Formats: sequence, C-alpha cells, structure tokens
Amino acid sequence: MSAMHSHQLTVSDLTVSYDRIPALHHLSFRVDCGRCVGLLGPNGAGKSTLLKSLAGLLPMETGAISFHGHAVTGATQDFAYLPQREQIDWDFPTTVRGLVEMGRFLRLGWWRTFRDEDRVAVDEAIAAMKLTELAHRQISALSGGQQQRAFLARALAQQAHVFLLDEPFTGLDKPTQDSLKLLLRGLRDDGKLIIASHHDLGSVPELFDEVLLLNGELIAAGPVAETFTPEHIAKAYSTRVFARLEHGMAV
Amino acid sequence: MEWLSESLQHDFMRRVLVGGALIGFTNGFLGAFVVLRRLALMADSLSHSLLPGLALGVMLFGLAPAGLFVGALVAALFVALGAQLLARSSRLKEDTALGILYTVAFSLGVVMISFVKVRVSLMHYLFGNILALSNTDLWLAYVISLVVVPLLAALQRPLLLTLFDPTVALSQGIRVNALNLILMLCLVLTMIASLQAVGVILLLGLLIAPAATIYLLCDSYPAMLWGGGFLGMFGSCVGLLIADRFDLPSGACIVLVLGACFFLAYLFSPRYGLIRRWRRPRHFHEESLARWQSEHHHD
Repeated sequence: MSAMHSHQLTVSDLTVSYDRIPALHHLSFRVDCGRCVGLLGPNGAGKSTLLKSLAGLLPMETGAISFHGHAVTGATQDFAYLPQREQIDWDFPTTVRGLVEMGRFLRLGWWRTFRDEDRVAVDEAIAAMKLTELAHRQISALSGGQQQRAFLARALAQQAHVFLLDEPFTGLDKPTQDSLKLLLRGLRDDGKLIIASHHDLGSVPELFDEVLLLNGELIAAGPVAETFTPEHIAKAYSTRVFARLEHGMAV
Repeated sequence: MEWLSESLQHDFMRRVLVGGALIGFTNGFLGAFVVLRRLALMADSLSHSLLPGLALGVMLFGLAPAGLFVGALVAALFVALGAQLLARSSRLKEDTALGILYTVAFSLGVVMISFVKVRVSLMHYLFGNILALSNTDLWLAYVISLVVVPLLAALQRPLLLTLFDPTVALSQGIRVNALNLILMLCLVLTMIASLQAVGVILLLGLLIAPAATIYLLCDSYPAMLWGGGFLGMFGSCVGLLIADRFDLPSGACIVLVLGACFFLAYLFSPRYGLIRRWRRPRHFHEESLARWQSEHHHD
C-alpha cells in the first residue's frame, strides 16, 4: 500500500490568493502517476492558478504539496510547466534543438559543457516527440502542434515526471489534437503524470483518464467514468463560489 | 589609406582605439540581452538620466571621474527604481512612468549644467568627445568591461532561460529578480564607461544596433552575444577613425557606422532580410505549401 502511495502527487488543503483574494480554496486531492488528468472549470475557476502553484510559481497560503512521498517546496526539476502559447516570444533566436537543450541547463550548471549523456537525452527527447527532421528549424517556423511537441521535448530532456500543461489543445485542429493526444498517452504509459487544463468539455472523455473539476474549490476529482457526470459538471459551471469577488480577480 | 596609418602612429589615437574597441565590445555583448528582453526604452531612460548625475558630480567634486561616476550611478538607479515605485503605487504602466521620470531627470540635468561654474560643454556629454578621453576614463572602461563581459558570459545559461520565458525560469528555481538586477547594474556600468566616447543621447545606438543587426542574421543566442560584441567593436573603431579624420563628434560617427550595418542586414539578410521576404512564397510554412500543392494535384 505504501509503495503504491509513493507514486502519487498529493495536494492537501491548498489555498492560493492574489492580493489576499483567494483564487483556490482549501483544495485537497491525490492522483497517481501514469495518468492523464484534465483540469476543468469555468474561466476564473483557478485552473491556471493550480498549475502555477504546482510549478512552484505562486506562494501557498495554506496547505502542502507532496510528490513521491516528499514535500514539494518551491521549484523542482521533477515538474515541468509548459506555458500557454501567447506567453512565448516565437521570434527568439533559438532552434528546436536549442530549445530542447535548455532542458539540460539546470543539470549542467553554469559552466559544464554538454556531455555525451546530455546529447543523447536531447536526441531522444527530440525523437520521442517526432521532431528529428525539424530540429534545426527556428521555433516560429513550426506549426502549432509542432511547437507544443518542442516544449514537451524540452520537458523530457529535463527528465521531468510531472507535466503541467496550460490549455495544450487550444487552437489545434483535429488531426494535430489527435497526434498530441497519442504522444501524451505515450508519456503516461511511461509512468509520467500529465495534468492539463482544458475547456472543451466535448473532448474530455477521449483525452483524459481522470478529471479535476474546479470552481475556486474542488468540485470533484476522479476517473472520467465516475466523476465526469452531468451533476458534477453542472455544479462546477453553475455555482459561483467567489462571484462577489470576481471583478477583483487577476485570473 | 595613408591617413589611417598616420592616425595609428599617434599614441593618443591608439589609446582611443583600444578604449573604443573595449567599449564597443561590451555594449554589443550586453545589447543582446537588451534586445531580447525588450529593454530598449529602459536603457534609453537610464542613459538620459545619467546627465543630472554628471551635473551633480561636477557641482560637488569638479571634473573628477570618481565624482562623475558616483553621480551618474546614483541618478540612473534613482530613475530605474523610481519608475518601478511610480508604476506600482499608481495605475500608471511602467513605460509611462519611465518616460516621465527620465525626461524630467534629463531636463534637470540640462538646467544644472548651465548653472555649473566649471567650464563643461553640454555638447560633449550629449554626443561624446573622444578628445577628452583621459587615462582615468580608459582605466574605467577597462575595469568595467572586464567585470561586465565575464560576468554576463558566466551567467548566460540562466539569463537565456530568463530571457526566453521568465515564468518557466522561475519554476525551474532560477532567481529571476536577482538576474534582472544584475543586468540593470551591468547596463548602468557599461553606460558610464561609454559616456566619453558616445555621449548620453547616442549611447542607446551603440548598445542595441549591433545586437539588432545580428538578430536579423541568425537564430543562435550565443552568436547574438559574441557577434554583437565583435560588431560593436568594429563599429566603434571605424567610427572613431572617421571622427578623428574629419573632426566630427565621435558618438555620431560610431552610431552611423553601426546604423549602416543594421540597414544592410535589414535589406540583405539571407534569412530575415526584406528582399528575402519579398521573394518568399506567400505560404509561410513550406509544409503547408507542399500539402496544398499535393491536394491540388489530386483534384
């Protein structure tokens, strides 16, 4: 039992606020590694906030996060946060390979040059995301799906275990969405934990194994078959937990 | 070519060229960070706000370089921190706050200099004057270059992560705020080192033109740093030689040489030049073009 529990991400009693206005309220849940988890909820429900706090980007007001049985405080290499597309300067002077190499920097420190094992890790990550042919392209000369894969490759090169994705399927056409889905499943089957915020409810059953329904607080969490029910959805999308505060919220 | 060898025979001109090369390299190297981090407005504000600091330095300590140095440093930091304070404590955005603070500081500098009893020419501070380059100025340039370039080179990996995406860098445990502060300090120090050669108003050109030129030529971050450095060095030396030959303000000559390089790259860059852009097929992705063509073959 305890061995099983160690391959888990546990969040207990997590509260996160912007300017003292809580965006997430006493959130507790537990997910096993090797799952694709969809983060659902209306705008302002705290989806991005939860991803950012898991990535160590926001201070926790209350509560704790633990992974593999160890408390997570602040930033860690086990977690890879993939930003929304608009956040990236696509004209940045870097190729796909340069981007994936950034995933190795923290292991290398300031000075050490790339060793063989780093090169192998970068090559493997690029190959796993099917980008070998495109490795020398500048990142703006990629399609939307290829750009997502380039960032996933960087997270792989970092040897992250938890992948935190902010709206990865937004703006992708159906074939691209399908290929991203398959790649994420591949990562899941390797034992990675994928947590992705998502707003298209129709595609939830085919994309995710489990869902977390949020609306400022946790509405429901669990396998899609049991949790993604009309009652829970209605509750997540109709109740307005922080309706009075919405104007002041940063999300 | 005769005038070139003639210029180089003067001990003074050789010293000036060494100083110019160092300053040019440091500015070009640092410029890559300014361009990628979109700090051009911030850099412009900092350079303009050096003026009241200089004036204050002259008033208190005369023309002693140490006084000028301290005055300029204090004034620049005052404007940089003041803008952040103004932006955070009101609904103003930072660019507006910076714009107000630095123009006020600059005006204050202009008024102060006209009151100063020591005979200093405003023009020298505004546009640079190599003839006034003293030994102390040269030493200052050596020391600052030898601090700034190695420091930034050592920090280039965390700086790259921060420039590319500060949010992700933060999530990887990089101390983004500390790096930004170091970058600002390097900026102010480099500006102080470059004051005599290019002057307050034209500093920005020497700082960002080399990096902007390389940015149009390649897709490599290290190439932007080192290429920017070498281009800045080249532009400074050529500009200084022209200034010396035709008795022109040095800052303007340096910026004109670098500007010419920039426009050449803008037009003729094999990858991102204007001409290449005109010739490019209308579909940006070769792939989508290929797919589109193959679909039409099927029809």
